[in-house]
Order: sequence, then C-alpha cells, then structure tokens
Amino acid sequence: MKRSWVFWLPVAASIAMFATFFVALVRPADRTIVSQLVGQPLPAFDAPAAMPDQAGTSSRDYADGKPRLLNVFASWCGPCVAEIPVLLQLQAMGVEINGVAIHDKPEDLARFFAENGNPYARVGLDQGGRAQIAFGSAGVPETFIIDGKGRVVDQHIGVITEADIPDILAKLKGS
Amino acid sequence: MRRFLIAATLCLAQPVLGQDYAEESLPDVNQEAQAVALMDTLRCVVCQGQPISGSNADLARDMRRLVRERIAAGESPETVRAWLVSRYGQWVSLKPEVNELTAPLWLIPIIAMGGAALLYSRRFKRKKK
Repeated sequence: MKRSWVFWLPVAASIAMFATFFVALVRPADRTIVSQLVGQPLPAFDAPAAMPDQAGTSSRDYADGKPRLLNVFASWCGPCVAEIPVLLQLQAMGVEINGVAIHDKPEDLARFFAENGNPYARVGLDQGGRAQIAFGSAGVPETFIIDGKGRVVDQHIGVITEADIPDILAKLKGS
Repeated sequence: MRRFLIAATLCLAQPVLGQDYAEESLPDVNQEAQAVALMDTLRCVVCQGQPISGSNADLARDMRRLVRERIAAGESPETVRAWLVSRYGQWVSLKPEVNELTAPLWLIPIIAMGGAALLYSRRFKRKKK
C-alpha cells in the first residue's frame, strides 16, 4: 500500500518542532531587559540633589535643546567604578552627563567621587527606585542618550568602554 | 540615671520611619489581596526567575512598594501591570497573554487534536468496509 502524503504530515511536523526546540536550546534567548522608552520622551522623575555643591536632576532639565547623557549608577556598584574614567573622557570632550544614584547615600557618594572623580554636571538621588523603574532600567550602570527635546534616543546597558565613545558621540550629534 | 537614659532612648526608638509598603501590608484587606495577586505575577527584572513577591532584590522591593502605593491610590491591578509593561516590556509580566506571537500556544493543540480526529475517523471508516 502506498502511503498518502497525509501520513507523513505529522512526522514532518514533529521534525520541524524538534528542530525549533534544538535551535532555541543551542541559541538561548537574549535575557537583557531593554527599556521600552527608547524613542519616547523621558518620563517624569525627580531625583533631589545628592551633593551639597551640586544640583539634583529632574525630567524638567532635558528639553532645553542640548543633547546629553543620563547615567544610572551607584557608589556600591563595582562596574560603575570602571566606567568613570570613560565618563570623564566624555566630559572632557564637552559631553554633559547627569547622574542618578540608585539606593545611595550622600556620604557614600562623596567617598566614591573622591576616589574615582566626578564626571557629572548634576547628581540626583533616586528615592525608592522610583526614577529607575520609571526609566525601565533593570540595573546599574545604564546610560540613556537624551536628545535636545528630552527624548530617549538610546539605552546603553552595562559599562561604557572607550570603544563605545564614537557611537555615543555620533548618537548625541545626530539627535 | 544611666539605666533611665537607656530606657528612655529605647522608648523613643522607632522600628521604621513611617510606612514602607515594600514589606508592609496595606490597611485595606481587599486592596492588599489585589496587590499580592499582582505581585505574584510580576517578574523581578534582576533575578528574572522569580516574581517580585518572592525576591530580595532591591529593585523587587521598590516594585512591591510601587504596586502597593498605586493600588492604595485606587488604580486597578491591570493598570499597574500595563504601566510596568510600558517600561520593561511584556517580559515583566508573568501572566500569559494571547497576542499574535503567543497565539500558536493555544491554537496548535486545537489544530493537532482536530487533525488527529480527522485521521482517526478516516481510518475507522476504511475498516468498516
């Protein structure tokens, strides 16, 4: 008896299914949580001043025509230390960087800046993670590129290295 | 005198400054039940495998506080979920949602059962002959 093509249909379907499983197993999904705010206006937030001699930052600071970086960091975060020299380089190139410190204390931040330098124009304390959640940020460090109209152009998850500088400068210029 | 001072200081000591809804229940029982049900179906974005109700991560605490505060302010649980999804994407929600991407999960079993029923009915018909 010649088997009709219908007989092979379930066999083909299961082969396709297991092939899909295998591919997904070999190449697992990207688990990075990307903020949904890229392309959208920066949400309302208010991070009051962390340092006595430096202003805090709120969403009202970002629609003045000047593109800038918004860096989410913390004094207790090891990778954030590694990023500071690169942020200082960007600052020397004329890039304005505002910092929002997550779960931090003014005295810890003062020590952090004394040890590593302070690349920020403004430093705000995030209270109870409110700003972080509003940004859709899942960790530290993360950096948002904000255009002159106060919109989020891009999100950089993790440490900024020297290799990222050209890309960041291009995105700041293009916005 | 020293004992009195210690006792007085201990009397003044407060366990927490005000209410921190990250760990404390809402006074309204119904609202608390809604908040807990929602927290059980929101994924912790730091520890990823856990809901925020069962996670010790700082960000999960912050999210629990946000959930309770918004529910206490009268927002519906689904509004709060939608707000978080608008920040972190669909991934933050542990509640399965039917959309064009997940529809096959519901449709494939139905199609497979239908196909199997069709094949079997044909086979039985042939045997009867």
